[in-house]
Amino acid sequence: MNPALLLLNSSTLVHLSPVDLVIIVFYFALVLGIGLYLKGQANTGEDFFMAGREMTAWVAGLAFLSANLGSLELMGWAGNSYKYGILAAHWYWIGAIPAMLFLALIMMPFYYVCKTHSVPGYLKLRFGTGAQAISSISFAFMTVLMSGINMYAMAVVMRVVLGWDLNFSILVSSLTVAAYVALGGLRSAIFNEVLQFFLIWAGALLIPILGLIEAGGWSGMQAKIMQNLTELHVANPGSYTHLWSTLGNFSSNPMGINWAGIVFGLGAVISMGYWTTDFLVIQRVLAAKDLRSAEMAPIIGAAFKMCVPFIVILPGLLGLALLRDPNTGHLLRLVPADVAWSPAGQAQGLHGYDEVLPLMLARYCGPGLLGLGITALIAGFMSGMAGNVSAFTTVWTYDIYGTLLNKNASDESKVRMGRWVTVIGVFISIGTAYLVMHTQSIMDYVQALFSFFIAPLFGTVILGMLWKRATPAGGWTGLLAGTLSSVGMYTWVKIDPQAVRYVAMSMDAQDQAQNMFRALWCCLICIVVTVVVSYFTKPKPDSELKDVVYGLTPIPKTEHTSIFQRPVFWAAVVAVIFVILQIIFW
Amino acid sequence: MKTGGALSIWFFTGLCLGVNGLLIFITGIYEIIHPPQHEVVLYNLHANVWWGAILLIFGALYAIRFSPARERKRMSANT
Repeated sequence: MNPALLLLNSSTLVHLSPVDLVIIVFYFALVLGIGLYLKGQANTGEDFFMAGREMTAWVAGLAFLSANLGSLELMGWAGNSYKYGILAAHWYWIGAIPAMLFLALIMMPFYYVCKTHSVPGYLKLRFGTGAQAISSISFAFMTVLMSGINMYAMAVVMRVVLGWDLNFSILVSSLTVAAYVALGGLRSAIFNEVLQFFLIWAGALLIPILGLIEAGGWSGMQAKIMQNLTELHVANPGSYTHLWSTLGNFSSNPMGINWAGIVFGLGAVISMGYWTTDFLVIQRVLAAKDLRSAEMAPIIGAAFKMCVPFIVILPGLLGLALLRDPNTGHLLRLVPADVAWSPAGQAQGLHGYDEVLPLMLARYCGPGLLGLGITALIAGFMSGMAGNVSAFTTVWTYDIYGTLLNKNASDESKVRMGRWVTVIGVFISIGTAYLVMHTQSIMDYVQALFSFFIAPLFGTVILGMLWKRATPAGGWTGLLAGTLSSVGMYTWVKIDPQAVRYVAMSMDAQDQAQNMFRALWCCLICIVVTVVVSYFTKPKPDSELKDVVYGLTPIPKTEHTSIFQRPVFWAAVVAVIFVILQIIFW
Repeated sequence: MKTGGALSIWFFTGLCLGVNGLLIFITGIYEIIHPPQHEVVLYNLHANVWWGAILLIFGALYAIRFSPARERKRMSANT
């Protein structure tokens, strides 16, 4: 029997062999062993929360990237590339690279020189405790929610792919994460993120290699996609393999977006907001051993980020080209998750967009390789949980407990609090996972909530860093106005779907396009309100802005190092490769 | 941080990839001797053999290069 037929006809996508199970069990044993080994090196606050601030640029850079390279991300964007074509690669290129380089060269010196423990901590130094309290509480809330969603998503994937019980998956993964983060703190989380980075590449790289061999190379894949989509009467089938040439107007590409939404909404606001102000990723860089390492870490992360579409976007495109229903021989058309998971969808054996990566994994990977691929997915989910939990622990301990609840807390008590909060955070995440299980639409709202906060926060932080005239009142009101306007636009479209034509400038705009434009407008509103209010309120004296604002912060010079050791040189190399990639896939 | 004490992060990475590579390589050889009943697509390329070998070599190089003994020697030389 055709193996693909077996896979699609069975209740689970794949069946593990004993060697696959050995590989999975070995991974769990290894991460627990690492946690136990690192316990003795997490005795002070700096050790537990900031990994001793002694990471090399390579370790910080890989952890910085891995914190964002969870399985939700991998499977979600592989699914999006199946749905939207190569346009999904924008989230890895223009939606990441310029922001990462901007973080490295412009923003990192301020974060690093002021020695803050967190992004809310920076807001405290720049705008006072009000802005810090609101941002830290929002962030803590979001991280445990995201951790729970990661946990739930992992359990669902394990059920769909392997037929594992939901409770079993949640229990095993959460206890493992709680153990290794509580034992080793951020250092342990970072060790596992680096391990996860290699596992993901080892487990996923074979899919595009074998897929391209089967499809007959890039041009063969393009021809097959064109043929398949024409067969399905999909509009603009050629647009699925072009990055920029179809962005002239909203209706000529599958995402319903134009170049302005991608460049300004995604490139200038969403990605800048995420990569420069989300503490989950910034925490990894703040733990670097010196300023040069802190600047190099995002550049190293950017170099690898440019390669990620090869293991995420390409498998989605290959799925579009190669996946066929083994019963009928017709093109296998994946559908939205809610359709696939409906009783009718289940009865017809439909698969959701997000299942394209496991489907491709099952297509090419036999015993052993399958175990490695599944381990990479598990590692990605657990790393996502651990990243959220370690960031939550730091923000809770320093920005809520240490600032609002017990200002005189000793270093020892903070470490003790950190270990307990790690365990408590995991238990809250378990609760969230079960909450999500019963109200699946909450995941959509969480994504929206995330964008409500991140986009305006970028406006506040960037003005705070680069414009010394920005006042505490301006920063706070701008952040509030940006967030409220984002919520308002979201609600407006929910109540009146016709409002999409105003918010996203076109009725063709799909969810992602709406997110881009909403982020752009709310960031602009935040900036305008901050500027206007700042001109009407009293600024802080220069003496209070030292080390947090451009022009008042002495940045350590690196004149005496060779050009190959300078971050700006490597940032230029990454920027040139980025431009070449845009031209190649234009 | 590179070392995290006597055991380097790169040692753990090498160990993980090396062990997985060895298991995948052995499974691939076994599959050549006893072909499976249900073959994956492009089975004829025996991806598990060469991919397992690549992981094994890469992992072994890292595990040896950053082995605890070498790390201790390097640390004592630095002090």
